[in-house]
Amino acid sequence: MADMPTPARSLLRFITCGSVDDGKSTLLGRLLFDAGMLPDDQIEALRRDSARLHPDGTVLDFSLLTDGLDAEREQGITIDVAYRYFHSARRSFVVADCPGHEQYTRNMATGASHADLAVVLVDARKGLLPQTRRHTYICALMGIRKVVLAVNKMDLVEYSQNVYETIRDAYAELARALGIASVHALPVAARHGDNVGQHSAQMPWYQGPSLLELLETVQVDPLQAVDFRMPVQWVSRPDQSFRGYAGTIRGGHVKVGDEVVVQPGTHRARIARIVTADGDLPQAQAGQAVTLTLDREVDASRGDVIADAARPAPEADQFAAHLLWMGDEPLLPNRGYWLKIGSKTVNARVTSIKHKVDVNTQAKLAAHRLELNEVGYTNLDLDHPVAFESFATNPALGGFILVDRQTHATVACGMLDFALHRASNVHWQQLDIDKRLRARSKGQRPRCLWFTGLSGAGKSTIANLLERRLSALGCHTYLLDGDNLRHGLNRDLGFTPEARVENVRRVAEVSHLMVDAGLIVLVCVISPFRSEREFARSLFDEYEFVEVFVDTPLEECERRDPKGLYRKVRAGEISNFTGIDSPYEAPQAAEMHLHTPDLTLEAMVERLVACVLQEEQG
Amino acid sequence: MSSFSGHLDQLEAESIHIFREVAASFQRPVMLYSIGKDSSVLLHLLRKAFYPGRPPIPLLHVDTTWKFREMIAFRDEVGAAPDLRLLVHINEDGVRQGISPLVHGATVHTDVMKTVALKQALDKYGFDAAVGGARRDEEKARAKERVFSFRNAQHRWDPKRQRPELWHLYNTHIHKGENVRVFPLSNWTEMDVWHYIRREAIPVVPLYYAKPRPVVARDGALIMVDDDRFVLRAGETIEQRMVRFRTLGCYPLTGAIESQAATLDEIIAEMEAARSSERQGRVIDQDPAASMERKKLEGYF
Repeated sequence: MADMPTPARSLLRFITCGSVDDGKSTLLGRLLFDAGMLPDDQIEALRRDSARLHPDGTVLDFSLLTDGLDAEREQGITIDVAYRYFHSARRSFVVADCPGHEQYTRNMATGASHADLAVVLVDARKGLLPQTRRHTYICALMGIRKVVLAVNKMDLVEYSQNVYETIRDAYAELARALGIASVHALPVAARHGDNVGQHSAQMPWYQGPSLLELLETVQVDPLQAVDFRMPVQWVSRPDQSFRGYAGTIRGGHVKVGDEVVVQPGTHRARIARIVTADGDLPQAQAGQAVTLTLDREVDASRGDVIADAARPAPEADQFAAHLLWMGDEPLLPNRGYWLKIGSKTVNARVTSIKHKVDVNTQAKLAAHRLELNEVGYTNLDLDHPVAFESFATNPALGGFILVDRQTHATVACGMLDFALHRASNVHWQQLDIDKRLRARSKGQRPRCLWFTGLSGAGKSTIANLLERRLSALGCHTYLLDGDNLRHGLNRDLGFTPEARVENVRRVAEVSHLMVDAGLIVLVCVISPFRSEREFARSLFDEYEFVEVFVDTPLEECERRDPKGLYRKVRAGEISNFTGIDSPYEAPQAAEMHLHTPDLTLEAMVERLVACVLQEEQG
Repeated sequence: MSSFSGHLDQLEAESIHIFREVAASFQRPVMLYSIGKDSSVLLHLLRKAFYPGRPPIPLLHVDTTWKFREMIAFRDEVGAAPDLRLLVHINEDGVRQGISPLVHGATVHTDVMKTVALKQALDKYGFDAAVGGARRDEEKARAKERVFSFRNAQHRWDPKRQRPELWHLYNTHIHKGENVRVFPLSNWTEMDVWHYIRREAIPVVPLYYAKPRPVVARDGALIMVDDDRFVLRAGETIEQRMVRFRTLGCYPLTGAIESQAATLDEIIAEMEAARSSERQGRVIDQDPAASMERKKLEGYF
């Protein structure tokens, strides 16, 4: 033993799907035991716990080994994906153990994203359940193509071959319908160990491998067969003489001398060296972390993809994609999020939810938003094109996450389906007269003053006086009032959070056009959400956008109530009213913070005029 | 090495990927260097990730002043390498208060000299990402730990704010003042670590190898008498026994195991036959269950 070389075991990552009731913890515990992976002190602890909980004399209750959901709930421990590790002589295993209930769909999806294979558990007494369908759907959605169906508790159906075969055949049909390419079924009795590590004496009619043998020998398809792709993670420039692109190969293989292309783009080069700390390699394949050098200077940086020049990846900025929502706050169409794909991060919006998918039945349902744990089919709009693959072709270049720009939480995972080519068909028309020229002819620097605050805070009153003052000074201005726009451009929008997001997006785009036309634009909209104000800001150049927080306490707004709206809200005639039953996210770093109870109207306008003029000189 | 098929190759590539993500995504990353075998592997991977360049991430050792002398000697040798920058931080407040594991016990000592000291060091240097060598197989409470584990500005770990981690897409966005702890060895097991040390011929502290050492049997553990701060209790005697250490920490809190394994091959053979879990020898872990989750909430690594 001591002289044996380090074993070159392969690695299999799998997920177990099922609930505690199906005997999932027992199966997993038994698998660890049969693989000889339980240390003596753990077996001793297990023996003690089993004796305490089962005075009837159960020797070893394997379900106690992997903390079940109930135990976690009881102890207040986070319910989450737990990773477990074991090995046999032939393979090392990483098991993602996740809760199976519908409210933990996001956890299961997370576990599935790290799995090559799923073990789906079915209780032989119950057959296929709605959860079986849900688990299989999530696995398929997350790109798992191989499933082992373990029909458990065979001891409780008298090891009936008929029961097993009925379940096996029904599942084969379900899996095919959901796009699972390969299913291997087997009958087990985890509690007694039948067909877990050893073949069962009780079921001589089953001639196939045990679960452990199956896991040891099943071939999983890594990303070897697809085209060469490597997202650049890090540009290595230790000195003038070396410039390398470090990354993990996420598809196919590459040899020295191969012609590659840096994407997005068309710059081509040949591979000069494949550098690793263990020496240069003649070739490398998917999964390897390497540093590539090229035979000529090309402009590549983090986020770019180095790809086979003969078979480059498609590039696009609009997509159809499945999204699984993981955020506590719902997905709102048209809100901006960061999207990370490969090593690239871009801004993205969901422009529409085509439908959501009932995870239990896969029925397509109409939806205006996605809540936690919901799956939707959506259109996405990115602010930069990316090199990608459809998720079905190469999950490593078709999978992405969305990150909330305010909280920085990971709020969704997504699977790219195909590119929408609308934007690439509508080319940007280059015009000869630009913003600078238009502004010069007006003798001013265009900008957008964005007034945000509660209804009745005084936004329009302040902006109105400011516009009169600027106009008197010879400035070319325009005042965009949120209420007035709702009579025309935005007359189709209501006051739900989704509609508010779209309302602000339109106002921001219009003000952007007007600033482009050379105007000083005063925008008055409640714009309650930080995300949308940040979106508006992102449309403008630096210093063009001035956020003005008209800060009036709610009680004061309600006392003033210039439009009588607060009275209607209190009478129950209006709902979704900002500050009352709809949130207002106050700016944290507005360029101008006007605390109105402390300032006169004149003083506030003076400050704003000074701000506009001062920057004009600067 | 031209083939790429074994699980160690895959684990190595995954860890290198994580190191590169850290260097590319954070302003001031640091690697927490604790001198043990996991840190030795981590350092090896750090160098590989950025070869042929020098590691762009400095090392930080939080010195509790109670480490084995052989650990400190090993650390100083490692820190002298020209491609590395090693920072050492000691909680001087704790030193002034005379905090000692022998007097104040494991819990107070660890809190003051390790947990508080680490926060001090991260704040002092403004580190926004701290890479550590923890593995998910070490302990039940770590089985759910993220590779990129998010901490708020008070260094607290909030289980509800941990982010789902999908595929290889790590969310590295943080606000100013917040930081992350990053664990490139998350998916390694203790056996993987030893096999890798052997394959790559990585140097480790000699304390991992068995030899006759002066030990005292105390509270069911064999404690090595490493310097004259160790005070014998009534009835205790120092014996020479053939021992080695499975994990390394502060010497009064780290139990030795009796062993004849004096080479790497013998250690691996012993471990394959051995059937007890790794942290058994650590005095600090023998608190009630779920203690690790509590310690994590407080900012323990």
